[in-house]
Amino acid sequence: MSTAIAEIHEGPAESSVNYLNANYGIKSWLLTTDHKRIGLLYLGVITFMFLIGGTAATIMRLHLVEPQGALLEPETYNKLFSTHGIVMVFFFLVPSIPATLGNFLIPMMIGARDVAFPRLNLMSWYIFVTGCLFALAAILSGGVDTGWTFYPPYSSIYSHTPVVVMALGIFIAGFSSILTGLNFVVTIHKMRAPGMTWFRLPLFIWALYATSIIFILGTPVIAITLFLLGLETLLHVGIFDPAIGGDPLLFQHMFWFYSHPAVYIMILPSMGVVSELITAFSRKKIFGYSFVAFSSLAIAVISFIVWGHHMFVTGQSIYAGLVFSVLSFLVAIPSAVKVFNWTATLYKGSISYEAPMLYALGFIGLFTIGGLTGLFLAALATDVHLNGTYFVVAHFHYIMVGGALMGYLGGIHFWWPKITGRLYPDMWARIAAGLVFVGFNLTFFPQFVVGYMGMPRRYAVYPAEFQVLNVMSSAGASVLAVGYLIPLVYLTWSMRYGPPAGRNPWGAKGLEWTTPSPPPTENFEEPPIVTEEAYNYPTAGAVHV
Amino acid sequence: MSEMAAHGAHEAHAHPPGFAHQFEDVAQQKEAGTLGMWAFLVTEILFFGGMFTAYIIYRSLHLAGFITGSHLLEVKFGAINTAVLICSSLTMALAIRSAQTGKGRGQIIWWLVLTMILGAMFLGFKFTFEWRHDYLEHIVPGAYFGFENRPEWGANAPYVQMFMCFYFFMTGLHAIHMIVGLGILTVLVVMTARNKFSSEYYNPLEISGLYWHFVDIVWIFLFPLLYLIGGLYKR
Amino acid sequence: MALAWAAIPFQPPSASSISEGVDQLYYLLTGITLFFTVLVFSIIFYFMVKYRRKSPDQVAAETHTSMVLELAWTIIPSLICVVLFVWASALYVRNSRPPASSTEIFVIGKQWMWHLQHPEGPREINELHVPVGVPVKLTMTSQDVIHDFYIPAFRVKKDALPGRYTSLWFEPTETGTFHLYCAQYCGTNHALMIGWVYVMSPKDYANWLAGGEKTESMSQQGERLFTQYGCSGCHVADGSGRAPSLAGLYGKPEKLASGETRVVDEALIHQAITIPNSVHVPGRQAIMPTYQGQLDEEQILQLIAYVKSLGSQERNGK
Repeated sequence: MSTAIAEIHEGPAESSVNYLNANYGIKSWLLTTDHKRIGLLYLGVITFMFLIGGTAATIMRLHLVEPQGALLEPETYNKLFSTHGIVMVFFFLVPSIPATLGNFLIPMMIGARDVAFPRLNLMSWYIFVTGCLFALAAILSGGVDTGWTFYPPYSSIYSHTPVVVMALGIFIAGFSSILTGLNFVVTIHKMRAPGMTWFRLPLFIWALYATSIIFILGTPVIAITLFLLGLETLLHVGIFDPAIGGDPLLFQHMFWFYSHPAVYIMILPSMGVVSELITAFSRKKIFGYSFVAFSSLAIAVISFIVWGHHMFVTGQSIYAGLVFSVLSFLVAIPSAVKVFNWTATLYKGSISYEAPMLYALGFIGLFTIGGLTGLFLAALATDVHLNGTYFVVAHFHYIMVGGALMGYLGGIHFWWPKITGRLYPDMWARIAAGLVFVGFNLTFFPQFVVGYMGMPRRYAVYPAEFQVLNVMSSAGASVLAVGYLIPLVYLTWSMRYGPPAGRNPWGAKGLEWTTPSPPPTENFEEPPIVTEEAYNYPTAGAVHV
Repeated sequence: MSEMAAHGAHEAHAHPPGFAHQFEDVAQQKEAGTLGMWAFLVTEILFFGGMFTAYIIYRSLHLAGFITGSHLLEVKFGAINTAVLICSSLTMALAIRSAQTGKGRGQIIWWLVLTMILGAMFLGFKFTFEWRHDYLEHIVPGAYFGFENRPEWGANAPYVQMFMCFYFFMTGLHAIHMIVGLGILTVLVVMTARNKFSSEYYNPLEISGLYWHFVDIVWIFLFPLLYLIGGLYKR
Repeated sequence: MALAWAAIPFQPPSASSISEGVDQLYYLLTGITLFFTVLVFSIIFYFMVKYRRKSPDQVAAETHTSMVLELAWTIIPSLICVVLFVWASALYVRNSRPPASSTEIFVIGKQWMWHLQHPEGPREINELHVPVGVPVKLTMTSQDVIHDFYIPAFRVKKDALPGRYTSLWFEPTETGTFHLYCAQYCGTNHALMIGWVYVMSPKDYANWLAGGEKTESMSQQGERLFTQYGCSGCHVADGSGRAPSLAGLYGKPEKLASGETRVVDEALIHQAITIPNSVHVPGRQAIMPTYQGQLDEEQILQLIAYVKSLGSQERNGK
């Protein structure tokens, strides 16, 4: 037994040249075509954008402790929630796992030297940075106050804020998504190592493949929607303005045609990470591999036909409502299948509780709550009452923060030793994970209650009867903020002072763990040949379930 | 698109000059490039498709205004441009054929340049004849749209302007793609001149051809939708 | 029973004929959520403790995928979803049809207030007085951007859109004062676009209607506008004018010059006033001028009330 585990940990002696020290100087980073360096370039930018979006949220929650508002004029509050939504959705969550962990890991996990189009990869980063710069320009010149949803005619005619600049920023960043998705699809199809068949791929790859399909099919639609909105705002002609015969609901249809699949862009990669973490920290193969793999694809496909559930109260026909409602229930099923399969993976495992596993387990619990509260919104009769209230806000934060963000943090911690060659202090990491879990629930659970009570969202001031729950939520937000800041400290510290990680500090299965940490530029000393299934951990005899 | 990373410190390969080293062999590179271009064209279908969908919806709601708008366009220019683009797709295909049959860079360049000339003719006709004419006739949407001159539009006037919005947005987006296509063709001419292609490896030409044909096909949808719907109805 | 439910904290008052039904569905959903959350959490916690790694080299036991389990946890959630969908949809469809005897009240959202008008004439801003036990249908539009009319106590909500009419209905079952909100972000003072719904006993409501300033009914106001803006010059009642008579027109299907047949409802009349020649009838010239910009949404609703009064001999004329 001990040799089986030891074999996974050790390997041939390390060489001292890796992708981090192979070249020095800013040019070697800004002109790199190495997918690992590009992943780190993305990590830097999206962390910066996360801090901006997070600052906006912190100020909002501080303001909301008072029913009449503690800090801000309504106009400023409106700009803050809009900035928070836009930055967090388009400039943090959508790129987060794909552009950082995806870029770093996909070639390594499939046994390739790099992605299919490395220069396109670098160009994607520059395009993303350009999009961020436009967004920052819009924020610095006052910020938009349209919400991240930009509904006309408010956004095109009535709002006197830099809508066009912000829309341009999102439009440009969208191309970064499209090219990344394209790169990933081609890489996964064409560059797998010998023996790496589709059904031997890690589930992280399946998840990113499904995500890339959504990138390719969905992002162009938001691009054209924002393009048309920008033209309408700029030129005062267009197709969404009712005064000249246009239809504002057409915007909503086009917007949500992308933005609903976009939420699956945000969650699917996290689910892929969770599959990796659960297996690694139970030392066990995933329960129901093909079910988890196919459910990723099912989610990606069905996600394109549910967008109307954002529009149940717009006065659309009852029949449209019925169709979108049943399809929205349908999309919940593959997610449920995943949750059950992850739970079953733990059965008779050998489970340890390092920080990545805590994040993964937190994900499963919080995603279950978030997903189930989605059913309240898929159900027509309850959605009428809950739409536009804090219930919706709580639902999507459970999925995006309790789910996607925790998966992202778990993945960053899990692969940090591989990326940097260093270990971080696990005690601090577990403390931070605990703070995040507690702070998160304290922040967002009261919002379910206050939403059902009738408190609408996007309100800068609110009736006094909602104050107690709002104060609870704001208290939770401060705990959550601390929980997010602590990793910034110890992860940065570990880059210089952390002990060397070795090839495989977790004893995990996967091609990326067979290389040195940090890996050499070309990833593998010798091109790997794959002979085993994914997650082929040694086991102690056969047991029937 | 195609990758041409510099050679590392490897032994000499029997790889053609365009080979990129993240791949195992030329066949893999060719397959990857082709799949990548098809995936990109799918995104373009969704991109144009959003606008086509909006156009179709509004046309079915406001047919009278759209017919009036369509009658403002000159079918003959649209038809000439359609013919020009179809010819350019032919010359593009012939360029690829020349590479495929190992005809030498002179011929390839000749067909590529001809394609560019035809593409430039398309853009020239569009900008100088059609759009300039539209500007002078006050049918460019916006502050100077000629509502006062056209009392016969009656209450359909907002939808005539909306049709012209779609006309300019859709043909404008198409023109941007044509310009990008001309840029790509320029790069291809340079690459051919530098002997990057042979009958074994001409994939960049082939996948650029896919792009060019796609832009052509978009026009073939645009032309009837914008210019010809009025033809079935009385003026 | 209803009062007992209303006493449960953390929910809005249950004050309409549909709110109890919505709440029951909500409790079912909460129960299902609680059940599966507890189930998943406790199984995970149990496994976490029972299978925690006891020595650094400990490996897992072998387990096999079970098709039975996979099918079970696919089919059971699917069945639960089917039940939820059918229940919720049935409730929704039933709740979407206003009873024929509904009183109609008109709502216009504008930045940042709600204008409401009763057919008898009284107007309100950010307040709505209604009698208990009487179904009320709200016909709504917006003067500018998209708003949303939301009364949590009645569990009703609907967007108010510029350029079209939407509607919702409710029947209050309790007297009292209930919150009214705008629930679609509409700009700077979105959070101030709130008010109150006052549900009164029928007697108090009648007093309220009769009291206050003497106002014309909506159809009387509409009739005044009809003359003031010159409509009566062409739309002569006996049909001898240049434009068709509007008597008895409301609710009838009309064949238009474009060939399509449409029922004369609020939306068509709105379109006829703002983009007239898009809906003219065969045999008439398309010469009606547009009133877009000259009449606001409130005045258009008054004109519509007047047109309805011309053709509503079967109804209780108002």
